[in-house]
Amino acid sequence: MTTTRTSGAGEWSPPVLGLGWVRYRLELKTFLRNREEVVFTLAFPLILLLLFGVGLNGEIESTGVDFVQYFLAGMIASSAVSAGFISLSQQVAIEQHDGTLKRLAGTPMSPVSYFIGKTGVVITAAAAQMVLLFVIGGLFYGVDLPRDAFGWLTMGWVMVLGLAASSFLGISITRMVDDPRAAAAVAQPPALVLQFISGVFFLFSGLPVWLQNVASLFPLRWMTLGLRSVLLPDGFKAAETAGDWQRTKVFVVLAIWTLGAGILARRTFRWSSRDE
Amino acid sequence: MDRANEGLNALEVEGLVKCYDDRRVVDGVDLSIRAGEIFCLLGPNGAGKTTTVEILEGYRTRDAGRVSVLGLDPEGRPIGLRSRVGIVLQTTGSFERLTVAETVAQFAGLYPDPLPVGEALALVDLSERSEVRSGDLSGGQRRRLDVACGLVGRPELLFLDEPTTGLDPEARRRMWGVLEGLRTQGVTVLLTTHYMEEAAHLADRVSVLVGGRVVAGGPPETLAPPEPILPMVEFRLDTPDWPVGELTAVVGDVVVPDAEGWVRIPTAEPTGLIVRLADWARSAGRTELVDLAVRRPSLEDVYLALVDHHARWMEVSR
Repeated sequence: MTTTRTSGAGEWSPPVLGLGWVRYRLELKTFLRNREEVVFTLAFPLILLLLFGVGLNGEIESTGVDFVQYFLAGMIASSAVSAGFISLSQQVAIEQHDGTLKRLAGTPMSPVSYFIGKTGVVITAAAAQMVLLFVIGGLFYGVDLPRDAFGWLTMGWVMVLGLAASSFLGISITRMVDDPRAAAAVAQPPALVLQFISGVFFLFSGLPVWLQNVASLFPLRWMTLGLRSVLLPDGFKAAETAGDWQRTKVFVVLAIWTLGAGILARRTFRWSSRDE
Repeated sequence: MDRANEGLNALEVEGLVKCYDDRRVVDGVDLSIRAGEIFCLLGPNGAGKTTTVEILEGYRTRDAGRVSVLGLDPEGRPIGLRSRVGIVLQTTGSFERLTVAETVAQFAGLYPDPLPVGEALALVDLSERSEVRSGDLSGGQRRRLDVACGLVGRPELLFLDEPTTGLDPEARRRMWGVLEGLRTQGVTVLLTTHYMEEAAHLADRVSVLVGGRVVAGGPPETLAPPEPILPMVEFRLDTPDWPVGELTAVVGDVVVPDAEGWVRIPTAEPTGLIVRLADWARSAGRTELVDLAVRRPSLEDVYLALVDHHARWMEVSR
């Protein structure tokens, strides 16, 4: 946000991070008071766990890795797509439509502060989802957690980057939505396609190579790989397409997507769906 | 809240033009609003009120004209302006899950030097409702909350877009009380409304917009109609035995009571007419004219005459 247009009195410029914090606390409060939203957000990965647990048994091609353990990464990533991309595309479209954002546009706040608030809540909700998923998964399905501090750290940056990219893309896509009721219809198809080809619902290494190549252009495939790298035994990397966890590449791709999606969101953002 | 702008104009507009396709929705509007006054923009739907105000708020671009709001060009909503104006739109979005105090605190948090939340709530008469969820407020309380959110940043200029539309008369009166209180705060207010009574009650000066042009302006009591509107003497014939036939001679014009017996007579000399009517009543053996009143033209009468006259004139000139 440039504040260089200031020409009159008061060289005060709004603190982008500080106002982002103001927005974050407010958005979190609003989210926590919406009981249905909280319950379904937290239940979403558990439902996936239940479905995978019922439908899939046994290990993957004598690798010693259980199917449920493999798809744990997919459940987490799928929840991230749902909480970031899909849910934000709707929320933001509604707020553009009902005048909430138009009113905020008249205040000193930068859109970036607004993004920080929204993305912060997405990350907070995802953290809560994962805690619940690990507890229930650990108790009833014997899923393993990351082995060491390095594993937790890796999972941390994969999630933060993945969720931020997912959130920014969700905000960006509202540019294509005039009627908030259509937001889900616009956001669902790309999200669904990506989930099918990115190792969320199927073994990534089992997909045709050309589909793998398409998927590799998008962040979701790298997010699931990054998560598998800390949720599966290290030896499983031999079964991945590159025979390696490719953590550097995961970081670079996710970082580029986060940055690119952030810039896209900032450039396409409208405070109102009826803006000029 | 009184800053260095005393005596200067808070807002100035010259030759403002806005076109949608080929239609000039705003067609050369001039306005000037003095610091500290309550200024009211009047006009029928489609007159260009909202477009004009949205250009001044920085939400819309303009096609021509000079605009200065607190000395700045509002186009692109420069930060130096956003921190000094308060905006109360017709819809303020949804903060249903937040309490009244939290909603105001949220807006307070966005400004460099906000009012304490309690003070802002006291200004709009909502202190007792501070812990209630915004979604549970009545329509009038909801609008007063909107005003509190517009005020909490200590604006020098406050935009109020139809603050009482849809409110019941009691809620409207309370809002007026709130807005009158702002006068003592030194805030300049630009108000739009459909209610002439509201403009007459609150505004220091008004401008009437018709077809994208200012057709009249000034203090509400000095607004002149295109042709003089005469005061009206009115009373009711309560029984059928009044000698209506004699009235024509008394009034000097043909008089026809309406179905409920109301007689309405426009006159430039109401006192003389009332004396003659009193004589007429006495000669008929009656002492009282029921519901006798003299009605001066209200701002609404003047406004309607203006709108009617100019709308017709513009139709012809097209």
